[in-house]
Amino acid sequence: MQFHKYDVVIIGAGGAGMRAAIESGQRARTAVLTKLYPTRSHTGAAQGGMCAALANVEEDNWEWHTFDTIKGGDYLVDQDAAEIMAKEAIDAVLDLEKMGLPFNRTPEGKIDQRRFGGHTRNHGEAAVRRACYAADRTGHMILQTLYQNCVKHGIEFFNEFYVLDICLTETEDGPVCTGAVAYELATGEIHVFHAKSVVFATGGFGKVFKTTSNAHTLTGDGMGIVFRKGLPLEDMEFYQFHPTGLAGLGILLTEGARGEGAILRNASGERFMERYAPTIKDLAPRDIVARSMALEVIEGRGAGPNKDYVLLDCTHLGAEVLETKLPDITEFARTYLAVDPVKEPVPVYPTAHYAMGGIPTNVHGEVLRDNDHIVPGLYAAGECACVSVHGANRLGTNSLLDINVFGRRAGIAAAEYANSHDHVDLPENPAKVVEEQVALVLSEHGHERVADIRTELQATMDKNASVYRTEDTLKQALHDVQALKERYQRITVQDKGKRFNTDLLEAVELGFLLELAEVLVVGALARKESRGGHAREDYPNRDDTNFMRHSMYYKQGEGLSADIRLDYKPVTFTRYQPMERKY
Amino acid sequence: MTATAEVSTGSRGAQPPVPDGAITVTLKIRRFNPEVDDEPRWDEFEIPALPSDRVLNLLHYVKWYLDGTLTFRRSCAHGICGSDAMRINGVNRLACKVLLKDLLAPKGKQTTITIEPIKGLPVNKDLLVDMEPFFEAFRAVKPYLITYGNEPTRERIQSVADRERFDDTTKCILCACCTTSCPVYWTEGSYFGPAAIVNAHRFIFDSRDEGAEERLDILNDIDGVWRCRTTFNCTDACPRGIQVTKAIQEVKRALLFKRI
Repeated sequence: MQFHKYDVVIIGAGGAGMRAAIESGQRARTAVLTKLYPTRSHTGAAQGGMCAALANVEEDNWEWHTFDTIKGGDYLVDQDAAEIMAKEAIDAVLDLEKMGLPFNRTPEGKIDQRRFGGHTRNHGEAAVRRACYAADRTGHMILQTLYQNCVKHGIEFFNEFYVLDICLTETEDGPVCTGAVAYELATGEIHVFHAKSVVFATGGFGKVFKTTSNAHTLTGDGMGIVFRKGLPLEDMEFYQFHPTGLAGLGILLTEGARGEGAILRNASGERFMERYAPTIKDLAPRDIVARSMALEVIEGRGAGPNKDYVLLDCTHLGAEVLETKLPDITEFARTYLAVDPVKEPVPVYPTAHYAMGGIPTNVHGEVLRDNDHIVPGLYAAGECACVSVHGANRLGTNSLLDINVFGRRAGIAAAEYANSHDHVDLPENPAKVVEEQVALVLSEHGHERVADIRTELQATMDKNASVYRTEDTLKQALHDVQALKERYQRITVQDKGKRFNTDLLEAVELGFLLELAEVLVVGALARKESRGGHAREDYPNRDDTNFMRHSMYYKQGEGLSADIRLDYKPVTFTRYQPMERKY
Repeated sequence: MTATAEVSTGSRGAQPPVPDGAITVTLKIRRFNPEVDDEPRWDEFEIPALPSDRVLNLLHYVKWYLDGTLTFRRSCAHGICGSDAMRINGVNRLACKVLLKDLLAPKGKQTTITIEPIKGLPVNKDLLVDMEPFFEAFRAVKPYLITYGNEPTRERIQSVADRERFDDTTKCILCACCTTSCPVYWTEGSYFGPAAIVNAHRFIFDSRDEGAEERLDILNDIDGVWRCRTTFNCTDACPRGIQVTKAIQEVKRALLFKRI
């Protein structure tokens, strides 16, 4: 075992982690631990843009952006946080430009902007050009630019260090975060990082689903670790299905395509979004478009031999727009479906995309241990966190914004906390949990195969906890997940070695996935209403009387099968009263 | 298949059902685990696969159902993260961007796909190589915007044409396909390699940047651009379609004529 001592430890090197590192690294001694290499994170897969009311191409202001975010989130958004995000969006984009990000430009040489789902002028009048973009690889450019700036600032990375636990030291005032414990993939060695503050930036958990835009590595590790420590998770039933995944594959095709004018059509060629969202049509928020697409298929208007998808028609955009503004998705359709978007419409269907919920934090990125108290020294930002700026449904581009605004805030807060506090002693035996976990997975204690359990988990989640849910399907999902958890106790891995044991890694990741899938389903069962990304066929309406509140989940006791306690947290309102959501 | 001391003898259960339309292909994979092996070896696996499968799917099949010790990197699975560069049938490709249908043997013949780690970087285990020398070369060319003087309050102005000038090299995902396809890099590991030069190009030709001279000095070094013999392997290998050799030539020209 090795010990390290830092002021700030950041876990995860995607957009949020590296944005935090750039701030923290200039203020305090900082280490970034990542289970991948820095530029491998899934921020790089984001395509369409990052919204900010720059008003470079038409009138816009951040108050409209705030409103759109709140309405887009079906009023479950904490309005103070949304206001901060929309206001700071402008500097967040300008900061990235100054760091070197190659945004597309207007004829005057300013940052160009395009339309995106749910982003409107003057509280819903019409779609507005608010998304700053770099072709359809905005996330790639953000990830590269942030890594480039980490290189510039000499940020210290521990690559392929898989964090499996954090250290909480009990004090008179409750638990304080004192470090993190990582498994070094190259050697199998365990490392304890003693720190004054720890920032989680570990991303989402899309791999609980089969059809997903998410990377294989998005297994909710950070959320899982926090949950196992008895700390809460928030709003986990709200999972976003992106409307335009490549049919059958789930690979993302940006909403920016519709921002540039692409149209969704059913089997008969009808522009069906005109029926569901008469004002902004194909540019309605993702929850509404995904539900509409699912309904078209359920009601028999799907395209293709099995009538199980709809079509994204880009043919009228012309080759030049596709090649210059949407080159990557054009190539994805050609490579993976052998469909040329210039000539024919692309088969698409909703794909599991983004967790609105996560580790509850305040606007400084400080992690909550209950509705009223934080865990000193512990921070979270990005998809793994829930501030909550996305509420029940995140607007397109607001994730890239979230990682930049709240990654920056968490990095500053973590460094300032570290600079004004001493190291608190680590708890006794800080590596014990991780040592036991690794030893257990490697021991011979059963014959269950990791891939089988994962495949069955993803199948039941796709079938029973996807765009539309009912009491029955969710009960089935819960039953399945709990049975899989039981089987997980008897898993075996073939690779028993210490060197780059990715067999072990996948087994550990599956443990987190199972845990988070159960929380999602328990939350979805309890929320007997439809709101944003959570659509219950048996409760089709939003119910503000009973459910205008955040869900908070706590793990009760130890072990994978421990019960989950459900609690609630009020939503913060400032100036916007809930209204019926029409587009 | 050679068993090693590190492979558990535990039963591995039934294979998943074979999908309609699947064909049987042979994967011939270069294996080496320095923890237990003295020498690299070839393992062969016969597996069912669909023509629409990516090579990455086939590797997962082996890892998940046949041999859990098979080790490789992967993440996004659609050609964006740059994790799964490997030599597939002798050329550098991302395993998630090559489809089986493009590798099929002529009708009636059994398809065999050979998979090896990318060349020129130390093999850590099977298809997983040490990326550190690659990233070291990347960091050495100062791959970040360099500017002097006060920052503007708003964005820097850049014309559409100036932005277009370096568009191609902004696509790089640092997968190392180009660098490890370069014969010069195979024999002289001290050469910066194409990817580092591509990333230098991305800034040298960015109208906002003021660090071109520093970077050109670095690339004028003995291990810099002059090692390039214009074999075009790098351009053929790039999964992002970057004109790598052209970018290197543009950097050479900038050095020769001292202008960008």
